[in-house]
This record gives sequence, structure tokens and C-alpha cells, in this order.
Amino acid sequence: MSQDGVEVASIPAVVGPLRVRPSSNPIGDRLVLGAFSLAALLVLLLVVALFMTLTVAAWPAIKTIGLGAFRSVTWDPTNGKFGMLSFIYGTIVTSAIALLLAGPIGIGAALLLAEVAPRRLATPVAMLIELLAAVPSVVYGIWGLFVLAPVMRNVIEPALGHALGFLPLFQGYFYGVGMLTAGVLLAIMILPTVSAISRDIFEAVPRDQREAMLALGATKWEVLTRAVIPYARSGIIGAIVLALGRAIGEAMAVTMVIGNKPAISASLFAPAYTLASVLANEFTEATGQQYLSALIGIGSMLFIVSMIVNMLARLLVRGAAGPRTKRV
Amino acid sequence: MPLQIRQAWNALMLTVTWLCAGVAAAMLAFIVIYVIQRGGPALSVNFFTHLPTPVGVPGGGAANAIVGSLMIIAMASIIAIPIGALAGIYLALLGRGWLAQGVRFFSDVLTGVPSIAIGVFAYTIIVVPQKHFSANSAAVALSIIMLPIIVRTTEEAVKLVNPAIREGALALGMDAWKAIVLVTVPCARAGIVTGALLGIARVAGESAPLLFTAFGSQFWTLKPGAPTAALPLLVFQYAIAPYQDWQLVAWGGALTLIMLVFLLNITARLLFPAKLPR
Repeated sequence: MSQDGVEVASIPAVVGPLRVRPSSNPIGDRLVLGAFSLAALLVLLLVVALFMTLTVAAWPAIKTIGLGAFRSVTWDPTNGKFGMLSFIYGTIVTSAIALLLAGPIGIGAALLLAEVAPRRLATPVAMLIELLAAVPSVVYGIWGLFVLAPVMRNVIEPALGHALGFLPLFQGYFYGVGMLTAGVLLAIMILPTVSAISRDIFEAVPRDQREAMLALGATKWEVLTRAVIPYARSGIIGAIVLALGRAIGEAMAVTMVIGNKPAISASLFAPAYTLASVLANEFTEATGQQYLSALIGIGSMLFIVSMIVNMLARLLVRGAAGPRTKRV
Repeated sequence: MPLQIRQAWNALMLTVTWLCAGVAAAMLAFIVIYVIQRGGPALSVNFFTHLPTPVGVPGGGAANAIVGSLMIIAMASIIAIPIGALAGIYLALLGRGWLAQGVRFFSDVLTGVPSIAIGVFAYTIIVVPQKHFSANSAAVALSIIMLPIIVRTTEEAVKLVNPAIREGALALGMDAWKAIVLVTVPCARAGIVTGALLGIARVAGESAPLLFTAFGSQFWTLKPGAPTAALPLLVFQYAIAPYQDWQLVAWGGALTLIMLVFLLNITARLLFPAKLPR
């Protein structure tokens, strides 16, 4: 997130690009500096290779199954039916639930860490939240399967059904595994992404922004909602889009709690599938070239969507965070 | 609005922010405590020394998965750490222009690409031509996931080295490459090691890309060209199995993974407490 060549007064240690002067050892310079450049070039070539391979790999799927797959719900590989609409639906619904839950909570936590809590408390709490990001997704999955799903089935889904059962969203059987459980689990998984990036964004808001409002007699909360958050808006959106990218691509944890059923249901309690979870669940069992190429096509779609989402998010975050500021 | 109401609202909403952070911290505590409770009893000597047993046969372990995971992670590190560190040094010291901007931007983008899509990539370019699953295809997939983290952390670490040190070396007549390799890079070594540790921590618990690369195995497999067991894969496969003794092994695996990943993360942060790229 740092920008080249921008000098920030508080960081004496920012290094400008090296000016390569006439050297007494031009061959050594060229070899070693060339190795550095080559490594950098490799990273870029890797991205190109990923993009090309996954785009080309989708081709057999498009050719044999056709774009009609996007309009069809029927996923019946043994009979050659590869409708992907239910996966797209499941991905959108679970990601939306995750963002609705993790967005406000993550931003609230980021406000606390960046603006409200004393530094000596904010640092350890931030570290705890970041450890949440380090928990492997399969551990989230096993916890979701054995702890979260029973709680959802016995407590939360009946309560929601009782209170909001007039909405089609909260009708039907309480399975425990389904879109709502997957969405809640995803919310926990993306919470650290929202809060860590938002915290960086809040810390990059200039001090004058706050002081001007404090001088006018505003309360802390008024400063936050009217001076800090509006200034940080595009960066916050970036943080949420980044979290969306994580939610779309999560495979293992989701496949363990979503019930793995290719269906579109109005009820959030119902089992479903997402693009990533169908890949995780069926790839190793896929028999037949057509089945396999359909799944690879799903992988390509996931890659391309996530590239777009992440590029957008990074542009938003980068614009907002500006040059990296030193953490005091 | 009267001042009292504004102040009351202020107090209320600031409390809400405390609750938000509290929810996040509580989730971590819930998960970790529960995994310790369930996984603790599974971590016997057998777990680390024995092969998995068939259903109903007691004394099964996950030794082959642990060794398989270590092998895959080691191979991935051998690929990703040198390239990532060199590219990071490039970004910090030489990087300007389209190449540097592109590498920075796409490294950040790459950290967000789903690991399962990277698994499909490794499957397409390695498993399909090889015609069988293998540890080395898994290592390639994991190295791609590690790479951007190592690149960006190394860049930050090398940038933090005071340029005056390098300029001093140059002023004394040192070659530019020697000044980098012998002066700047050693000053940044804690941060570079941190980058490697964070990269390893990121992939140590990855299971999705291993599904179609390492594939898993019930046996000892130490050949990089053969299907290999891996701990995250075993946790997945045993957790969804309907047998209690397998589920116990899965919990043990989950606890092992969480301990390993936390240990790596905390070490990395203590080693290099500066702000890390996200």
C-alpha cells in the first residue's frame, strides 16, 4: 500500500529508488541487480500464467456445456446436466449474509482500535483479531460443523423462525447446515479482513479532520461519523470489497456447513452450494471428461471474478490509505 | 439536539464499538478453547507416530499426514522464499516504473485469489500432464499462495533499513550490488525471516488446493511424485466422516494446525513488530 518516491516526514527510513552510479564492477552489478529484477518479473509472469491457464482451461467447459449452464439450475452430472445457477445463487446469498454481519461489526471494531481505545489496549486486541485471520479454514469448518451448526439448528434458527417466520427467508425446516450457517461462519472468517484494513484506513485520516470538529464542540461519536468515516468512505468500501473476495472464494469451511445441495431455496435455513464449495466437494470424485471440465470451468469463473473484485478493492484501498504512515 | 442527548448517544455508540471488538475477540476465544477441549485428548504419542487405522481399530494416528505436510511445505518454501525475497528486495531498492507498480499491485491482488482456484491451476498445469496426483504439484500451488506475502513483507522490511547505511557503504567505494547484499539485506534479515514465516503460516493450514494436487493417502509416502497425505486434508476428510474415532483424529489435527499457525504468526510478529502488509 505504499507509494514509490513519496517522502513522509515521519519516516526517515523510507528508501528512494537506488540510483545506480557508474560502478567499478558493472558485471557484478548487472548480475545481482538483474537477479532481483528477474524475480520481480517472475511474479508478474506468474499472474499472467494463472490468468491464461485458467481462461484457457474454461474453454472445454464452454464448448461442451455451453453458456446455457448459467441459466439452468439442474446440476445432474451423471445425466450430463451442468446448470450452475444454484451455485451462483448460493455464493451471492452466503457472501451477502457474511458482509451484512461482518461489515458493521468489523468497522465498529476498527473504530475502537483506531480511534477510541487507548493504544496499549488496542495493540493486543488488534493482534487477537488478526490471529482470527490466521485460523486455517478447515479448522473453521470443523468448528462450524460440530459447534456452530447445532447451535444454529437448536437455538438461532428456531428463534428466527419464531420472530420473523412471516418472511419466506426464515421459513422451513431447521437443518443447521445451510446458507445461514455458512454465511455466519464466513462472517467470522472475514471479520479480521474488514477490521484490519478499515483500521489502517482510519489511521490514515489526517488529524486536522478530527481537530476541526472537536474544536466546534462535537462529541467523539459525531467526529467519527461526520469527519472520519466520510473521509475514509472509499477505503472502507475497499475493505468490504476485499472481504467479499475472501467470502466468494472460501471453499473448505463452506463446504462443511452448507449442506452441499444444488438447489435454489428462498429459505436461508435450506442447504445449498457455492461455486467454491462444489469444487471442493466434487472435484476428486468427478468422473468423465465433461464433469471434470465443468468443475474446472467453475474454478476459472471463481478466479476471474475474484481477480476483478480484488483489483477493484485494491484500487479503492490504495487510493484511501495513501502513503504508508508509521504506527506510533 | 440538547447536549445531554448527544453525550448519551456518544457514550452508547462508543460502547457499541467496544462490543464489536469484543465479539471478534470472543469468537477467537470460542474457537480456540473448543478446539483445545476436543483436540487435546487426541494428541497422544500415537497421533504423531502412527499411521491412520481403519474404522474401529484404536491407536490410529496422523504421522504420515504430518510428515507429508512438512514435506510439501518445505518444497513450497524452497520455491517461494528465494523468488519472493529477491522480488521484495527489488521493490524496496530498485523498484520504479511499470514493473514495480505491476508487481506490487498484482502481489496484493494475488493474496485475495481463492486458494482453491490456485489448486485448479496447479492441477491443470502439473497433475494433468503428469497424469497423477503428487506432492510436487501441491508444493507449486502452495508456493504461489506464499509468494505475495513474502514479496510484500520483504519489501517493507528492506524499506525500513536506513538508506544512509547503504550510502555510507557506497561512499566508501563499495559496489552497488555488494552494498545491497552485504549491508542493506543483512540489516533487514529479521523482517525477511518474518516474511518467510508468515508465508509458511499462510499455507500450513491450507487444504483446498491440496484436494486436487496432493490428494491424500493412507500410507507413508515420501516420494514427491506420488499422492501424499497432508494434515489439513486429513482434518477435512476425517471431520466429515461419520465415525467418532476418525472425528477425534480430525480434532487432534485441527489443534495441531492451530498451534502451528499461531506459533508461526506470533514468532513472526515478535521478530518484526513493524506494520505488516495486508
